[in-house]
Amino acid sequence: MKDLLQIRGLCPEQINAVLDRADEYFSLVTAGKKPFPKLKDRSVITLFYENSTRTRTSFESAAKYLGAEVVNISVGASSVQKGESLKDTALTLDAMYPDVIVMRHAQSGAPHRLAGWVRAHVINGGDGLHAHPTQALLDMFTARRHLGTLAGRRAAIVGDIRHSRVARSNIYAMSLLGMQVRLFGPKTLLPEGLEAMPCTVCSSMEEALEGCDVVMALRIQLERMKGGLFPSAGEYNRYFGLNKKVMELAAPGAVIMHPGPVNRGVELSHDVLDTDICLKDEQVTGGLCVRMALLDMLINKEL
Amino acid sequence: MVTAINNVSVKGKQVNIVIEDGRIRSIGKATRTGKGVTVIDGTGLTALPGFIDMHVHLREPGFEYKEDIESGCAAAVRGGFTAVACMPNTKPVTDSPYLVKYILMRAAQADKCRVYPVAAITQGEKGEQLSEMKKLKDAGAVAFSDDGVPVSDSRMMKNALLYAATFGLTLIEHCEDKSLAEGGVVNEGENANLLGLPGISNAAEDAEIARNIVLSEVYDAPLHLAHVSTRGGMQLIREAKARGVKVTCETCPHYIALTDAEIAGYNTAAKVNPPLRTEKDRLAVIAAIKDGTADCIVTDHAPHSKEDKDGGMYDAPNGISGLETSYAVCYTTLVESGTITQERLSELMTYNPAAILGVECGRLEKGGLADITLVDNGAEWTVDPQKFASKGKNTPFAGKTYKGRVEYTLVGGKVVYARREEI
Repeated sequence: MKDLLQIRGLCPEQINAVLDRADEYFSLVTAGKKPFPKLKDRSVITLFYENSTRTRTSFESAAKYLGAEVVNISVGASSVQKGESLKDTALTLDAMYPDVIVMRHAQSGAPHRLAGWVRAHVINGGDGLHAHPTQALLDMFTARRHLGTLAGRRAAIVGDIRHSRVARSNIYAMSLLGMQVRLFGPKTLLPEGLEAMPCTVCSSMEEALEGCDVVMALRIQLERMKGGLFPSAGEYNRYFGLNKKVMELAAPGAVIMHPGPVNRGVELSHDVLDTDICLKDEQVTGGLCVRMALLDMLINKEL
Repeated sequence: MVTAINNVSVKGKQVNIVIEDGRIRSIGKATRTGKGVTVIDGTGLTALPGFIDMHVHLREPGFEYKEDIESGCAAAVRGGFTAVACMPNTKPVTDSPYLVKYILMRAAQADKCRVYPVAAITQGEKGEQLSEMKKLKDAGAVAFSDDGVPVSDSRMMKNALLYAATFGLTLIEHCEDKSLAEGGVVNEGENANLLGLPGISNAAEDAEIARNIVLSEVYDAPLHLAHVSTRGGMQLIREAKARGVKVTCETCPHYIALTDAEIAGYNTAAKVNPPLRTEKDRLAVIAAIKDGTADCIVTDHAPHSKEDKDGGMYDAPNGISGLETSYAVCYTTLVESGTITQERLSELMTYNPAAILGVECGRLEKGGLADITLVDNGAEWTVDPQKFASKGKNTPFAGKTYKGRVEYTLVGGKVVYARREEI
């Protein structure tokens, strides 16, 4: 595999192979054993056209723990602001022979275009509304650690599906691993065309959460209130937020995931935040290990 | 000047056509030979009245790197078009008589097909003040449109309709509710969702078509609706026509032959406005062509440079370079499939656009204007944009194979395109 651009099109074996390798790194990292020189003399460029702390830091740490050299490029510090086209930037970076370029871009499809221009492996670090494959992999990693096997399990994704690349990637990842996927949110935040995806749209929180093993809340951008997509943070929290009471609808032992950063008291109420069922911080560690596994396996041609 | 087309098929009969001084002298057994006579062997070819495309973008003045009047006219005749009406979203916008005259002068220099300038409804296409419509008409504009953008303000649109009706001018309106379409880059639906691209709902087009029908009906003023792409829009127009509302409309080859499945892989060549829709819409557009709801087929020829279209799905401009594929796509999809007759296709591609613009078109009869296209309906060919005469190579039809090839184009009896000279 040259690039990881999206989850759709992968096979379950590929996903499980990455999760298995991530498990190995998880044991080592949490035991305080790092780095591992598997990517010595290799180089990774992170090319971020959108602000990001956690994803960029996660990729950078993952690459460094494996001994790779890392160059971080963010829009503000590059010639992108001088009007250099994406193609020119791509060709310039590729002429420096990096092994991997991790790209984040506000426009869906930008990493696909990059991948067509460069020799380097391209990892999509999140593109527009389209995909965030490493987030889905880390979510599956975290869910698998808690639930054991994922096949036959039920998952619900709640919130702003329309604008969520996390949802679009998780729908495929969950489905590929044999999970049943349900969606719920205000209709203003559900996109047209969901019929073509392997998921079920629910018409109430009860229907979505009933018997669920994993409940994923999505970050809501509060400025979307102005466009009429929802009326207020308070109303959103009351009818679309996760709290202890609605989690009683889910299966015993169900867990909550959130891609972060959380709007505290909006997507997640305080009675579930910072409790054992909320895995948001563990997801971060999982993200590191999944990205280590992915960089390792892509560069060493094991995928 | 005399031209003789021998042994050509006209409405199913093998005939000879003799053209003298730009008009058809005879259709039948008689022919001409001798010095000064241009003779075309029409064996295996079908003669059609020259196509009129009432919706093209020739880009001049201002965007000559995308297309100019000379290259646009060359593309037109290569596609079998003997006349084109060019939209005013040039730079500057065609909203002054001198610009209309400039376009006509450049068209005369190109000396290929007839060019009918369309001038802006509002000054600068800004929707704030009417352009000098009557002066523009007197300078040679055949119709008015702010194409590329709608006249969003309903009161302005109402006044434009009434003012135009005062002088019997033709208005062409681009139907798009900007607030509904805002931010969208492709058709809203399954394919947009799979690619994570913001969508444009059918509602954006349907709502504006509905508004325009209301204005046309209430004020009893004629209006032509541009590039209709939706099933809802066609139904609104069908019902309006049944009530006697003076609306006419056009659609495009890409709405007849393609769907938004073409956007897969972030293919910017398939980015166009209105966007390519679903199979349901495509079939509804064909039904509208069949039952007369759709009056014309236009290309909305919108050439762009490679760099323009390289900008990704968000930044790439809308548009398809359509002049050189239109006939084959329409013939294959509509006539060869048995959906409509060849004669009905002539209504859509020649007679109706001419009637709406109020211009004369080619007619295959004694005394008729000798704007004639000769096609080989048996010839199959694969679209290769690199062979286009247009500067714009942007087409989602690239690599697709169609039947029906333009062999000769004659304007006023003069051969302005002959495929054999290309080979």
